[in-house]
Amino acid sequence: MNPPLRAIAALAAGVLALAACAPGSSAPPAGTGTSAQPSASAVRTDAAQLGDVTLTVWDQEVRGGQAAQMKQLNDAFQAKYPNIKLNRVSRSFDDLNTTLRLALSGNEPPDVVEANNGRSSMGAFVKAGQLRPLDAYAEAYGWKERYPQSVLRYSSYSPDGKVFGEGNLYGLPQVGEVVGIFYNKAKLGKLGLEPPATWADFGAALDKAKAAGEVPMQLGNLDKWPAIHVFGTVQSRSVPADQISTLAFGRKGGSWNSPENVKAAEELVGWVDKGYFNKGFNGQGYDPAWQAFGKGEGVFLIAGTWLLADLQKALGDDLGFMLPPGATADAPPVATGGTGLPFAITAKSPHPDAAAAYIDFITNADAMKVLTSTGNLPVADTAQQSVPAGPQKDVFTAFGTVTSKDGLVPYLDYATPTFADTLGAALQDLLAKKQTPQEFLATLEKDYKTFAESNG
Amino acid sequence: MAGRSAGPPGEPRRVAYLYLLPAFAVYAAFLLYPIGRAVQLSLYDWDGLSLGRWVGLDNYVAIVADEGLRAAFGHALVLIVFYSGGPLVIGLGLAAILNHAKVRGLGFFRTVVFLPQVVAMVVVAVAWRRVYAPDGTLNTLLGALGLDSLTRGWLGDYTFALPAVGVVGTWFETGLVTVLLLAGMSRIPGELYEAARLDGAGAVREFFAVTLPSVRGEIAVALTLTVIAALRTFDLVYITTKGGPGDSTSVPSYEVYHRAFGLSQVGSAAAIGVTLTVVIFVISFGINRFADRRVS
Repeated sequence: MNPPLRAIAALAAGVLALAACAPGSSAPPAGTGTSAQPSASAVRTDAAQLGDVTLTVWDQEVRGGQAAQMKQLNDAFQAKYPNIKLNRVSRSFDDLNTTLRLALSGNEPPDVVEANNGRSSMGAFVKAGQLRPLDAYAEAYGWKERYPQSVLRYSSYSPDGKVFGEGNLYGLPQVGEVVGIFYNKAKLGKLGLEPPATWADFGAALDKAKAAGEVPMQLGNLDKWPAIHVFGTVQSRSVPADQISTLAFGRKGGSWNSPENVKAAEELVGWVDKGYFNKGFNGQGYDPAWQAFGKGEGVFLIAGTWLLADLQKALGDDLGFMLPPGATADAPPVATGGTGLPFAITAKSPHPDAAAAYIDFITNADAMKVLTSTGNLPVADTAQQSVPAGPQKDVFTAFGTVTSKDGLVPYLDYATPTFADTLGAALQDLLAKKQTPQEFLATLEKDYKTFAESNG
Repeated sequence: MAGRSAGPPGEPRRVAYLYLLPAFAVYAAFLLYPIGRAVQLSLYDWDGLSLGRWVGLDNYVAIVADEGLRAAFGHALVLIVFYSGGPLVIGLGLAAILNHAKVRGLGFFRTVVFLPQVVAMVVVAVAWRRVYAPDGTLNTLLGALGLDSLTRGWLGDYTFALPAVGVVGTWFETGLVTVLLLAGMSRIPGELYEAARLDGAGAVREFFAVTLPSVRGEIAVALTLTVIAALRTFDLVYITTKGGPGDSTSVPSYEVYHRAFGLSQVGSAAAIGVTLTVVIFVISFGINRFADRRVS
């Protein structure tokens, strides 16, 4: 070894030695959060009596109506409980997602955080013992009576973070969302059609639109994930809801290789063959696609209620929204859907009672009214809200109906930490005919099985 | 005391290391330590939150075994052709013309050619995404030329997505390469051309006999910069295709981000990052060795 090389080697060794403690060793041992769970009688719900407290809240309510409701509710909270000072940190969804991880592993994390439901966010935080279970508060505040079970399970995990969709409650969302069918009323009228009452009617309507030279359905799948919602909608027509839940929560005992799933995949490919989608949909961005629908190109658009405000602005009362219809007109509703990001309390927060009081305040019955008036879709008490007839009313009715009948099925990409990617890429392959329906399902099965087995 | 007693006059003294210390401290804190830490992380199975588990070289073994990742490195190599090869050929031609013809308003053309470099890559990517959209500029242009059969959603096409991304790279890097080469060519003494012409060389012969050998150093610099840019491609893919359609445009840098922040596989992400660093180092080293072997 010549001298410079020796110097470099020594340097490298020194640098490694500097860095030589196992990563993540400052994390608390798993379980500290869970053992600290108090009973309902032990929690204090009278926020005015909690003394002078400062709550740091991290949220992602930065856009339009979201920002408006948050500001309004925070102001009201401050006015009602002057002893609790809110320190609000607001950043976009992506920024929050990437910084929350570091913030939570620090010694002084924020008190209340909005954490994404999925396994790689909330699931990982629960596993690392960084979030506090909220069941005692849920009981004290009566959250479980006001929130449908099909909604609460999206922020429920087992204490070790392995089982998604049941166990302790770790967060409470403000808003709901459901994937349904947006339609252009004017176009339907021109085609002499009513909003389809059954799935077969929907197929017939697509056919008729195609024959009339319209774009039957808008899809922009360049971003990989949008087709997940279209496939989920088709899938929940033929696959029973409980099977979808098993697959989508990544639990053992399901299988993608079922005749029902094959039927769903084949139906979707059939839509491509029949030319129901716009040309070049795999190369079209998500935003340009729904914007095109807003400009009157396309009769239908399968998408989530989060597009309501923008589409309503573009199409006005020509816009309609409906849940995907079932085999018969009176079939129980089933639709992919979930919630906005739930608000959670960190395990290290010194003021959990005040934090819970805050979460209750921004999700109680009055808060739901504020959410409605600022153009959001409240997750609870949806049917009780009064909104003018039109697309907004359609959306509220749809969400109220599907939650009251417990018909929400989870987003398929919740299944495993890698599933969003696996499914998104596989769907692009399926739609471009690079994979047959069987190959497509085998790809999904592999990811799902690998995870479900290793997860125990 | 410290005097010159340590060695013959003119030899560096030990005290010199003291002067190096401040710069070295900064270098170590912001470069060496993070690299060491990344190497260390790459030896763990770590989700970024809970306690990491030592796995030795397993993450590296997984990189080699993972078909998808091998494909990602393959895509990066294809991008080198677009990022380095294309700009070099175009840049040589363009610079030779600009240099030779003594165009009026040379400064203006130089600015225009260099302009893409000034714009942030994210902006470039957003713009090109619109160009490539099914109803975008490129398809409109093809339609106007009566080439409707060629129109497609370029970024969603399995054959054309990667070349489409590559062309953006070519467009982006050409300016840099041209300006570099132009600077090199302007330093070539006119006598050389005169001599070549007296020997009866035409414009083409002149280019290969005089111009090309003279800008060898600039070519090496251009290649180094563009190859590194190609291998590091992240923002372009992140904005335009997210690695799709399927996995046909996945690249290593995108995988690093995706694994670290999307999948919480920090150890694996670090291993890819380290591997990528080594690959970049080896390739740049090779290019510079090649350039240093001066021909007489």
